[in-house]
Amino acid sequence: MPPMPKGIRKPKDTKKTLLRILQYFNDYRWHLVLVCFLVILSSAAGVVGTYFLKPIIDDFIVPMIGAPSPDFSGLLSAILVLAAIYVVGALSSYLYSRIMITVSTGSLYKMRMQMFTHMQKLPIRYFDTRTHGEIMSRYTNDIDALRHMLSQSAPQLISSLITVVGVFTMMLILSLPLTLLVLVMMVAIFWVIKVVGRHSANSFRAQQKALGAVNGYVEELIEGQRVVKVFCHEAESKQAFDKLNQELNQSSSRANTFANILMPIMNNLSYIHYALTAIFGAIMTIYSGTRDLGIFSLGLGALVSFLQYTRSFAQPITQVSQQFNIILNALAGAERIFALLDEEAEPDDGYVTLVHASLLPDGMVQESETRTGIWAWKHPHQDGSVTYTQVKGAVTFEDVDFGYEENKPVLKGINLYAKPGQKIAFVGSTGAGKTTITNLINRFYDVPDGKIRYDGININKIKKADLRRSLSMVLQDTHLFTGTVMDNIRYGRLDATDQEVMDAAKLANADWFIRHLPQGYDTMLTGDGMNLSQGQRQLIAIARAAVADPPVLILDEATSSIDTRTEALIEKGMDRLMEGRTVFVIAHRLSTVRNSHAIMVLENGTIMERGNHEQLLAQQGKYYQLYTGMFELS
Amino acid sequence: MRKILSLLKGIPLWMSILTPILIIGEVIMEVTIPRIMKDIVDIGIANQDIAYVTLHGGKMMLMALCSLAFGALAGWTASVASIGFGTRIRKALFDRVQDFSFSNVDRFSTSSLITRMTTDINNTQQSWMMLIRSLVRSPIMFVSASMMAFSLNKTLSLIFLIAVPILVAVLVFVVVKAHPRFKVMLEHFDALNGKIQENLIGIRVVKAFVREKHENNGFSKTAAELRDAQVRAERLVIFNMPVLQLMIYACILAILWLGGRMVVFGTMGAGALISFISYVNQILMSLMMISMACTMLVISKASITRIAEVLNDTPHIPDDAEGNPDVKDGSIIFENVCFSYNGDEENCTLNHINLTINSGETVGILGGTGSGKSTLVHLIPRLYEVTSGSLKVGGIDVRDYPQETLRNAVSMVLQKNVLFSGTIKENLLWGNPDADDDTVIAACKAAQADGFIASFPNGYDTQLGQGGVNLSGGQKQRLCIARALLKKPAIIILDDSTSAVDTATDSKIREAFQRELANTTTLIIAQRISSICDADKIVVMDNGRIDAVGTHEELLASNAIYREVYESQQKGVA
Repeated sequence: MPPMPKGIRKPKDTKKTLLRILQYFNDYRWHLVLVCFLVILSSAAGVVGTYFLKPIIDDFIVPMIGAPSPDFSGLLSAILVLAAIYVVGALSSYLYSRIMITVSTGSLYKMRMQMFTHMQKLPIRYFDTRTHGEIMSRYTNDIDALRHMLSQSAPQLISSLITVVGVFTMMLILSLPLTLLVLVMMVAIFWVIKVVGRHSANSFRAQQKALGAVNGYVEELIEGQRVVKVFCHEAESKQAFDKLNQELNQSSSRANTFANILMPIMNNLSYIHYALTAIFGAIMTIYSGTRDLGIFSLGLGALVSFLQYTRSFAQPITQVSQQFNIILNALAGAERIFALLDEEAEPDDGYVTLVHASLLPDGMVQESETRTGIWAWKHPHQDGSVTYTQVKGAVTFEDVDFGYEENKPVLKGINLYAKPGQKIAFVGSTGAGKTTITNLINRFYDVPDGKIRYDGININKIKKADLRRSLSMVLQDTHLFTGTVMDNIRYGRLDATDQEVMDAAKLANADWFIRHLPQGYDTMLTGDGMNLSQGQRQLIAIARAAVADPPVLILDEATSSIDTRTEALIEKGMDRLMEGRTVFVIAHRLSTVRNSHAIMVLENGTIMERGNHEQLLAQQGKYYQLYTGMFELS
Repeated sequence: MRKILSLLKGIPLWMSILTPILIIGEVIMEVTIPRIMKDIVDIGIANQDIAYVTLHGGKMMLMALCSLAFGALAGWTASVASIGFGTRIRKALFDRVQDFSFSNVDRFSTSSLITRMTTDINNTQQSWMMLIRSLVRSPIMFVSASMMAFSLNKTLSLIFLIAVPILVAVLVFVVVKAHPRFKVMLEHFDALNGKIQENLIGIRVVKAFVREKHENNGFSKTAAELRDAQVRAERLVIFNMPVLQLMIYACILAILWLGGRMVVFGTMGAGALISFISYVNQILMSLMMISMACTMLVISKASITRIAEVLNDTPHIPDDAEGNPDVKDGSIIFENVCFSYNGDEENCTLNHINLTINSGETVGILGGTGSGKSTLVHLIPRLYEVTSGSLKVGGIDVRDYPQETLRNAVSMVLQKNVLFSGTIKENLLWGNPDADDDTVIAACKAAQADGFIASFPNGYDTQLGQGGVNLSGGQKQRLCIARALLKKPAIIILDDSTSAVDTATDSKIREAFQRELANTTTLIIAQRISSICDADKIVVMDNGRIDAVGTHEELLASNAIYREVYESQQKGVA
């Protein structure tokens, strides 16, 4: 393959990154020591093996020519020694490759695990401020570059370096004058690498740009292909594509030409070098036969060895020049991986935990070992005493200000209280801050101490995992995982029995369509539940929340993709699900929120109106306008 | 495969032919060089003839220069050939996809079409380059170096008869054994990436249900499986290099021993011995290159198949009407129409639809998710083909119109509508490229879009991002309606196209329709009863059948489903 600097990004701090990569090999340090030793052994065997041609020809073949009874024992033993060297070389090269597989797959496994577990700990903010593609490429492109470097480039780099040094030394030993010729050749080689490399990098950049344009156009037009059809716009889009495609053709041909010509040029430069060496070497050999030339003297065997060396000299240099790009790319990738690993994990200094509890006759709460259906907050105090508060689901906001970015407040002075068992609804247009409120309740984002209380406890004191376990969310974009329908509903509570799962599905009115799936509850869902309609996925998500059976429920546009008829069908189930729980509802469709205890109309981060449906209608304000359709929700 | 190769025409074809020729030239030069070296040693040095040495050395340099020229030229031609080939495939693929019917796109899915047009074409391009360079070069090198060796010394060449089969056997064994293991490895790769993707998309769910540990355990299993599959696959491949080395070394040793004796006995020159060693490298290395190139080809075979799949899929709805009748009015008649997405008549999405819509009528269509409303209207501009029965527009079967005539007469605003990057005006002109500013503004006024467009600083020249990201849902829908209006169609279909528009604006749009499109048949699919209650006719769909047709009042009185929906939407208003 030609060298392909795909928009090479240079690492910022090579040394630091290298040292950090090395840490991953800590478990394999002895493996690596062995690998280094074996690499040296195998390249040395190649170099020394070639050198052996000299004594074999000069000492054991040429002197025998024309001898009446030639003695081949010298030749035989030399060949046997050479055979031993060669076997050692081949064996070491197999062994180091084999060990490197263990080392590279093992350390990459470790790195992937670390990335994934760390990723799970990162705050939602991290995911909200990056595209999925960006994070994915850490796992795919960057890890891949690293893998390439570990399994191929690194050993090759070492062996190339050793070969170059070894060959050069041997050349010096064989003939000083011919080695001077090598130096001249080296200047030429580096010049070619530099010139071709510069052009190649420039034209690859141009190609990358053109490719981006073509791919972008392809993506847009294929996504909108149905619209193209409806408007009979085929001819125009073909024409526009043609233009971009031609531009890509131009730049790509140029870029690939530069990549393609490097190898033949280097290869044939080495042949020119070979020819020059042959001429000078042959002349030196001829004169060496007749008089003493000092450093210019050269035997036939030495010439043969030297010629072999000239062929094996250019190759490692070309290889190193190609590996260099790969290594730089891998290091830059490693830096991005480390950036992910260095990302600060979601802080969790909460110490109030959620426990199963039972109520004593006197109304006291007592911790219980088993699931009772009653939960309590276990609140350890500084003096060592522990108090228990029953989880009821009272949530209060006190003058909460919040913004995802500084100076861009999303919520301003929000005050609200939800009594246990109440249904609180939020309505308002996109960007008004509805979802943000729910993001704060489950601490996807944090606000200063004491602003939000849950059963009277400052939520920043509650351990995040426990806080979230006490809340269940059904989101607008439902996400299903690869696995059966059963697994997906059970995601809400891992120890739920099959019966409990089915009951939850019935509650969400999902049971009927699940039974119609090819394998019922055991139907495999793949690719985020691609084989289900959006409405069906929402029903599964509702069942998932039902099986979790939490005291507080957050429904963020949970029924937006369900048509009004089906919504009416699941209404009973939803009512049962909401019974006895504190529920926060965000809905676009006002019919969903009508029976709430309190409806908050949000606008620009503040609560404009609050009250129940009748009160708000009577008020004839914003809610009234929304409800009568005089206002557009987006 | 043949289909793809037939795309190789013009310059790329000539370059594809020229490349192997240039490479043959390069190879011939390369294999001749050791031959000359032999003469230099056996004649030049042996006779101490400096003139001969210089002359032949010069010849060697000349050959190296020629070889350089050939090689570099081949690098250029190969790149022009394969990139040109890739360009043509890309164009053919794009054109084909543009001609696809909806059902073709359903079959492939958008994301897979995109991969085929990007990654797969890239792979094909690269393997073509490899095919015309390496895969030509290596066999030629193998043959010509073998011939050279044979002409130098027949007896010594017998060594290759042993070495070559052994090496070939090992290489074939490794490729054959490794291929399925690599396939398994790639599957594990997909599984791993799928797992990560899933967690990225569903991170809120993971966190909300505190399932981090659960996910970590699952990931650890997947990652370990990948690691093991990788070890299993790569463990085999690494045999290639050492075996090759070993074979080269063994040949060199045999040549030194046997050839050395021949030199001593005078049956062969020392120079021939040296050349022979060079040929060992060339012959065995070329085998190695062939095996590497084959592996690459096998990997890219999947890509080629995926491209061929698209190219071989003809548009499911042929555009082969013989006459060119005009659409004379906007009447629509469904006669016993059945439709199924996979053509299976047993399992139809639409069953025995009979419906007559007169030209100029406004018709509302209502029904639950999956009742077949969207499917029904997609048949009218022939975006899908009826499975049985007949559908007439303007009194003529839709299959008898050229598609462009039909679709220009039937304007449809899709549920999942798309705007393209470009200015608002450019997007609108899709409806009618010749429309002047006044026409465009009039259409936007009717669609209630003029107001918000005019409020943008750049008005109609405002740049939209891909998919119209900088507009709200309701604004996008209104632009799409305006775009459809510009066609001046006989029939306009709104497939749930005002769901994000508020009811007041919605009713203004309908008013404008009634005022300005009095002669245009209008079909409206809607969730909200308010959007369709004043239509001339309302069609209630349920489970792929027409449940009832009538006016708002008639249906309220007689149809259970209609009443149910009406009540669910009216509750609390009064």
